[in-house]
Amino acid sequence: MKNFEIIEHTADIGIIAYGKTKEEVLINSARGMFYIITEEEESFKIESSYPVELIAETLEDLLVSWLSELLYLFETKLVILSKFEIREFSDYHLKGKVYGEKINQDSQRIKREVKAVTYHYLEFKKDEVSELWKARVIFDI
Amino acid sequence: MKQSWNGPLHQLDDYRWEIPKSYLTGMRVPGLIYASSKLLEKIKEDQAPEQVANVAFLPGIVGRSLAMPDIHWGYGFAIGGVAATSLEEGVISPGGVGFDINCGVRLVRTNLTLPEVKPKIELLVNELFRAIPSGVGSKGRIKVSYNEMKEVLKKGSRWAIENGFGQEEDASFTEEEGCMKDANPDLVSEHALERGKPQLGTLGSGNHFLEIQVIDEIYDTEIAKKLGLEKDQITLMIHSGSRGLGHQVCTDYLVTMQKAVNKYGIQLPDRQLACAPIDSPEGKNYYAAMCCAANYAWANRQCIMHWTREVFAKVFQSTPQQLDLKLIYDVAHNIAKIEEFNWEGRKVKLCVHRKGATRAFSPFHLDIPKEYKEIGQPVLIPGDMGRFSYCLVGTNRAMEETFGSTCHGAGRIKSRTSAKKEVGGRDIQKELRDKGIIVKAESRGTLVEEMSEAYKDVSEVVEVMHQSGISKKVVRMRPLGVIKG
Repeated sequence: MKNFEIIEHTADIGIIAYGKTKEEVLINSARGMFYIITEEEESFKIESSYPVELIAETLEDLLVSWLSELLYLFETKLVILSKFEIREFSDYHLKGKVYGEKINQDSQRIKREVKAVTYHYLEFKKDEVSELWKARVIFDI
Repeated sequence: MKQSWNGPLHQLDDYRWEIPKSYLTGMRVPGLIYASSKLLEKIKEDQAPEQVANVAFLPGIVGRSLAMPDIHWGYGFAIGGVAATSLEEGVISPGGVGFDINCGVRLVRTNLTLPEVKPKIELLVNELFRAIPSGVGSKGRIKVSYNEMKEVLKKGSRWAIENGFGQEEDASFTEEEGCMKDANPDLVSEHALERGKPQLGTLGSGNHFLEIQVIDEIYDTEIAKKLGLEKDQITLMIHSGSRGLGHQVCTDYLVTMQKAVNKYGIQLPDRQLACAPIDSPEGKNYYAAMCCAANYAWANRQCIMHWTREVFAKVFQSTPQQLDLKLIYDVAHNIAKIEEFNWEGRKVKLCVHRKGATRAFSPFHLDIPKEYKEIGQPVLIPGDMGRFSYCLVGTNRAMEETFGSTCHGAGRIKSRTSAKKEVGGRDIQKELRDKGIIVKAESRGTLVEEMSEAYKDVSEVVEVMHQSGISKKVVRMRPLGVIKG
């Protein structure tokens, strides 16, 4: 199973994230978002951590809130997040901790700015054939 | 994901194409696309026309759901879309403004000419690159407290001018005089303030830029003269927005609007179009927060212009006054505004969403500087970094047809990933240098994604607006030096 794949959109970029569980899809979508930002995978240190707690109306909204919160942490703490733990989870609530490597602002490791997470073509569902969970998100670049 | 669009289009004339209201059940008004036959073919290559039709679902939409020739597939609204909604029955939609609230452009004149600037272009580009922070996560040179940030959000350009970043007259040459009066900083989240605080006075990345340009073509000598523009003159163009603050304001209010859609029973074909009645608490709060982000963007561009003036003064061992570094105008191209129009025989106030579209008010409109009364509002259209940019003026026809709006730029045709795939080992920086354009960017990735081939030809876009009478071409500028994020 792939963790995620990148999809094209004229002005923007999206991902499809996969997982055996909904939590795994959330984690893989976060990996996908940081891959768009850095074009690297799993080569970042785990040196600082941040708690995350979110509530939302639906599972899809929770996905948008989750990625938006990680984007906020990236931009304000200047940290590339690469490890994600979800400790408590329901379709409307998530509690966890995320870890990453601090970077300086002129770091060459950032390849692209993700401005925001959109609701456009947003989807979070179970594929009846493969029985895998799958989410699609488009980012504003 | 790219899929061509095969819906119905009725040709009204050479530059106007209507999507009939009957195309989708739920459309309240028809759609209207401004394009030449050639541009229309490109527009139909993706789902942008579908998005024009989708916007026509918005409650209270007036006239038609409009699309400018630079239209391309966005999320919710197409980029290059205009929608006016009634204040009584209409909605306001953060998706109709976009994440980069008040992304916009300003144009500065100089009294320098090409022979004076050409030998110093490399030095100027390097100095500007050093003076103006750019790139993802870049932090500005301005240190402000949380309380001071609230002043920025309330006052916009005025805050920058009061703090020494510019001259008194700069505000009067800015759309809305650089300040939306309905801004209420208490409606902006801590997250947004935190993102915006270190980024004040930064260019950003992606398509944002600072350009040193030369005027290489004059279309209307008289109007150009009134703007203080002539052939071979050097101009400076700044394209930036509200940075992380605006992105967060939009993110926050999209959550609010998702709930509002259910609360007010609004039916929409795309969740990114989420909206609330203008008169509802959700609608009013978004508008007040959006005004804050718009003001932040104006303060941002004002600070960037100030440092640009300083660099020119330093390099030419002169002063900004002696170099006549005057602001020609500053326009927003991602914004929602309450504006008054003569519509169907009466004066009405409407909420005009411009998502990748520029205000283009006619001569004698009360909201344009008195110096431009007779010529109309300057409209600034940046192209890609390898071709041209334009200065146009607004017309009466724009007031009658497009709610005083026009195009905003070239419009993307290639996705970032396909641009990257196509470019292979090409050295974009060198190619531009060979064309006489010195480019300096934070990352090579930006240069590849922003290469000319990724965009429509801005000249074709501008020609449609000119030929259709929506705006009038005045001058064309060619880039000499470009700073990118």
